[in-house]
Amino acid sequence: MGLASRHLLGLEGVSAEDLTQILDTSISFREILERPIKKVPTLRGVTVLNLFYEASTRTRISFELAEKRLSADSINFSASTSSVKKGESLRDTVQNIEAMKIDMVVVRHKSAGTPYFLTQCLNSNIINAGDGAHEHPTQGLLDMFTIRQKYGSLKGLRVLLVGDIKHSRVARSNIWGFKTLGANVAICGPSTLLPYEAERFGVDVYTNLDEALEGVDVVNILRIQLERQQSGMFPSQREYTHLFGLSSERLKRLNKNYTIMHPGPINRGVEITSEIADSESSVVLEQVTNGQAVRMAVLYLLSGKKGEPEETES
Amino acid sequence: MSKSPVKKQETKAAAGIGSNYDLIVTGGDVIDPRIGVLNDATILIRDGEFVAVETDKKKVAAALKATDKSNIIDATGKLVTPGLIDLHVHLREPGREDEETVITGAQAAAAGGFTTICCMPNTTPAIDDQETVRFVLSESVGAPCRVFVVGAVTKNRAGKELAEIGDLVKAGVVAITDDGDFVQDPDLMRRALEYAQMFDIPIMQHAEDKYLVGDGVMNESFASAKLGIRGRPAVAEEIATLRDIQLAKFTGGRVHIQHVSSAGTVDAIRRAKAEGVKITAEACPHHFSLTDDEIEKKFDTNLRVNPPIRTQADVDAVIAGLVDGAIDCIATDHAPHSAEEKDVEFDQAPAGMVGLETALGLIKTRLIDKGYLSWTDAIRKLTVNPARIINQPLGDLSVGNSADLTIIDPEAQWTVDPSTFKSKSRNTPFTGWELSGKVVKTILRGKVAYSSE
Repeated sequence: MGLASRHLLGLEGVSAEDLTQILDTSISFREILERPIKKVPTLRGVTVLNLFYEASTRTRISFELAEKRLSADSINFSASTSSVKKGESLRDTVQNIEAMKIDMVVVRHKSAGTPYFLTQCLNSNIINAGDGAHEHPTQGLLDMFTIRQKYGSLKGLRVLLVGDIKHSRVARSNIWGFKTLGANVAICGPSTLLPYEAERFGVDVYTNLDEALEGVDVVNILRIQLERQQSGMFPSQREYTHLFGLSSERLKRLNKNYTIMHPGPINRGVEITSEIADSESSVVLEQVTNGQAVRMAVLYLLSGKKGEPEETES
Repeated sequence: MSKSPVKKQETKAAAGIGSNYDLIVTGGDVIDPRIGVLNDATILIRDGEFVAVETDKKKVAAALKATDKSNIIDATGKLVTPGLIDLHVHLREPGREDEETVITGAQAAAAGGFTTICCMPNTTPAIDDQETVRFVLSESVGAPCRVFVVGAVTKNRAGKELAEIGDLVKAGVVAITDDGDFVQDPDLMRRALEYAQMFDIPIMQHAEDKYLVGDGVMNESFASAKLGIRGRPAVAEEIATLRDIQLAKFTGGRVHIQHVSSAGTVDAIRRAKAEGVKITAEACPHHFSLTDDEIEKKFDTNLRVNPPIRTQADVDAVIAGLVDGAIDCIATDHAPHSAEEKDVEFDQAPAGMVGLETALGLIKTRLIDKGYLSWTDAIRKLTVNPARIINQPLGDLSVGNSADLTIIDPEAQWTVDPSTFKSKSRNTPFTGWELSGKVVKTILRGKVAYSSE
């Protein structure tokens, strides 16, 4: 066993076997989260650097908690408090930190490819926590985990991603991962927010939400960023909501037993109504919990530690 | 030096084969772009000028006999071509002497087989006045390559008001450009085209509309879509080119489109030429050798260049443009950047790659070996064609022309190793590439300026 790579840079090109291994391993960690003492000694002695060059609340907290619950030592770095402002290069910054003997790096950065760049600078295992609009693999994995939890498998499911696909790293990781595990993926958004030659991702492409929702099992609603309106990608939030907002009437087109997902943070009343976000079909909070388990699994598998993750620390 | 002794010797040369020469290059296959290949020809040089290209065995024997052995270069098995000309080079001086200087750039050029290079004005300060032109020219004295300066179109390359173009010409510029930036204001470009006509110089345009380019850092394509990297679409280059075609047609001015990289640009230029518009164009080795899907392999910042490397269809179109003449010449856009500046996140890196020392190998390997261009066609695009664009009596073997030559081992195989570069900078994406065709010697004004041995 073990994964093909010692890094998790993205889900593109990751085999079904490796994805399944991560998701299966996540099940054990998900169980740990239901225990009264949510901590195991699995990564004792392992030091993890959380390198966040971009603001993040949930992903950062999720990784940090995952590390603590595995008994790893975590250190946090954020661009605002670092020597970045003094003009130190990324390579120098990370090599200096690694010289203090760290084992793994969780990185978020606005530039696509930064996690790969770190693999060229460091010996540590690198985990991508979001690089520009490129990939956000642990989000993709937790979405897959959440879908598997409900449906048992992704095979044959129709999954629709709605919103700003062009600038979304979540969308890309979703597309690659979902397709590898056999889901049937569609995307829908304003033409200005769809990636160039989007069909080449191997997805069905829609600009009409009502048509796109027909026969869908899982809808993943992406956050629409206000800056996109300011940069002329769509005329107004009002019109966006009218054309691409998920409302109760639109839900009728979905398959029975449908699921609503959102990677957060939600703009309530913009891309999704509060009614739907808080409905029984919404798994938004379950996604967040599962994110913990998936990140624990990724940290564990990449660390190369042997043995079972079962034992709770006494 | 006064003119009269030169004239006297020319007369003597014409009359007296058998007299001695300052330099003889003999035994090589000579490419004269006006004629084609002359097998086993001998080039006779005196006072830094071509005296004759001789194939008559007896005359050659007499010349060789009369000339000191140390002044004879045996080019048997080699190609001998007019010295190569590169219309597009960044020498970084003044301002970034840590990346390149006029001298190191000229050394890199000579090692790459170039005897003439045109340096771009995007220096600090910009080359937008006589003083800066003179400074660069004075730095080039004694360089192993002739350096022509291209001045700025607008003051400080800011795209607001015309530079003193008349003054620039007086100081010696051969063309003007705001390279690095597009002259975005169409009215200003119109005036520049009108004004430059008085001096019969071309405007070299970096054709990329800045609004369409936005903050894009690679070609907009499926490759950029996958990486989520902001794109610089081909249409930015195409619209900029089409606008300048219309302005050139309207004003009668001469526009030279730099670093053509997209299929649509090639088409636009081809059509404009058919209509008789005074337009010329260059293509760079990276634009016919690389595609944008290379970027995702390693996020190599050396692949970041403006205009960006594009798709296979664009590469094919650029090659087709070189083949049918839509594109007149090959230029390197040699753009040195420090290792530190390139050793960063992909979109944080400055655009540009060095190219002087890999150009010929890429041309041989990617164009000649693949059957797109003959040696003669390729050399034409590196000699007479660029010379014509800047209106200089260079690029062929005409008697009386400056004796600039490039001697090439056409079949030599070599591996690109940036540590051997003469350039101060090493930012090439071609490290480790196996290339064929290597410069053996470069001769400038009748003297050896570079020798690989």
